[in-house]
Amino acid sequence: MSSIAQRQEEYYRGVRMVRYDLIKELAIAMAGLLVVIVALAAFLSSPDEPSLTVQGWSQAAAVDFVTTATNELAGASDSAQYGPPYNNGDGAVQSLGPLAPQQWAGVHVAVDPPNDFVLQPLKFASVGNPQLTAALAEYNGAGQVQQARWLKAYTDALGNANEQDGNVVVAAGDYGPLPVMMSNLLAVAHSGGLDGHLLNSGRFYQTDFTKPLLFMGDGSHLGDLAQAQHLTGDLWGMMNETGQYPGQTWLWLYTMWYQLPAFQDGGWFAANADLVVVLIMLILTLILALVPFIPGLRDIPRIVPIYRLIWRDHYRRTGSERPARRVAPTRA
Amino acid sequence: MTSTTAPEDAYAGSWTGAVRGFLARSLPLEHLLPVRQPYYIGSWVYMFGAITIAALVWVFLSGAVLAFFGPQWWHVSGIGHFLNSVHFWSVQMFFVFMVLHLWGQYFAAGWRDGRAPTWMIGVVIFLVSIVTAFTGYLSQQNFDAQWIAVNAKDAINATGAGAFFDVLNFGQMYGLHIMLFPVLVITLVAVHVVQVRMRGIVKPIERRAE
Repeated sequence: MSSIAQRQEEYYRGVRMVRYDLIKELAIAMAGLLVVIVALAAFLSSPDEPSLTVQGWSQAAAVDFVTTATNELAGASDSAQYGPPYNNGDGAVQSLGPLAPQQWAGVHVAVDPPNDFVLQPLKFASVGNPQLTAALAEYNGAGQVQQARWLKAYTDALGNANEQDGNVVVAAGDYGPLPVMMSNLLAVAHSGGLDGHLLNSGRFYQTDFTKPLLFMGDGSHLGDLAQAQHLTGDLWGMMNETGQYPGQTWLWLYTMWYQLPAFQDGGWFAANADLVVVLIMLILTLILALVPFIPGLRDIPRIVPIYRLIWRDHYRRTGSERPARRVAPTRA
Repeated sequence: MTSTTAPEDAYAGSWTGAVRGFLARSLPLEHLLPVRQPYYIGSWVYMFGAITIAALVWVFLSGAVLAFFGPQWWHVSGIGHFLNSVHFWSVQMFFVFMVLHLWGQYFAAGWRDGRAPTWMIGVVIFLVSIVTAFTGYLSQQNFDAQWIAVNAKDAINATGAGAFFDVLNFGQMYGLHIMLFPVLVITLVAVHVVQVRMRGIVKPIERRAE
């Protein structure tokens, strides 16, 4: 049996060989590219829109912040109803017939929005604050029916709320302890304390921003900022970057599916759009990897005459531009 | 002076000798670093792969400096921001030329004559590069990173992967971006290049394999 090295020599037998310096080619490519990259970096820079903090959110859109926090406490937010991997809800669970990988994977990043986003931070803030301590005691001591009644009334009232001097003002009504709780949560957020509380896991070092990002994602302000930066899904979403910079343009095919009616609200796949898109991309990727073995796809190169451009000098020398009837079979 | 050559049977039963023999048979130095190539290599299409590797070198070097100074440095340092820009544009160049290389090899039917594994590893590199770049966008610690994380989580979670790949967990994404995925990309690229050097450059389309 011939070795791989011998097979290469046999493959090249009869082929004219010329001097070629691979290392020099790479060095020239590196140098030329460095000039281009440094010029682009120097003249166009790179995007760095400051991150949004919970503090910034509460200061810029207090009504949205309080409305979102009230939804979290009521268990009515997207995060509270999400499902795996955060909790046992079903609001964002996707499946396709018997295929339910999200459910199969289960809860691994436990998030309890009413407690994690509202009650626990308020408990920290209640130290030395008798009014808040009393409000929390009243809320926790009330039955679920009473809590739900307060939450519904307050949520309805927030629909017509105003912001005055940094506070959220609603029409008079029976909201129980909620106004006190939410004004304190807003004050903690204004001070920047809530950013810290949401990262608190009982350990000193923190690198997991799951909770504050979910909380901010439940509100409208983050989306409003993204809309202003043309980053929303109907504008090809995360393929873009802030400003005029190219983003992850290589995700164009993935993002394209979301632009089709079948994957949008009211479309066939709207409820499970993410899962269907990912499955489509997995299948397309598999096809791309297996192109050498797929009749038709592997034959296109000899039909489309781009090969004539690729080996133009070769055809000029040999006087032949007509390919063999079929591409030689692949020995994988 | 002791001779460095030894009879073949001296290596019998030696794992080291077996690996050495395999390498010698599969990829002798004159094939790994050839000074002569088939005349048809003088085509622009072969430059795309080389430029992709050149871009990867700049991606790696600029990323190494950014990683050395930590994820917050480039937000507060002019030099840091410039290096981030170099990293950003290197990544853009890397993908532009990788896609050109992919299309070039497709229309050259570069998988012919036993080169299908080379094509398949190339597709895997493309995929792993996308995930690597994705974790980079999540590690920027700016608004883009926040928005991409919040939006991308649903697709990741829908597949069940969110249970162990939490795009909202900066520490996990940053660790993957500066260590595991770069090692994976560079290793796969090395394998890809070795595959090319082992098999040689595929002939123009009208020639049949031997």
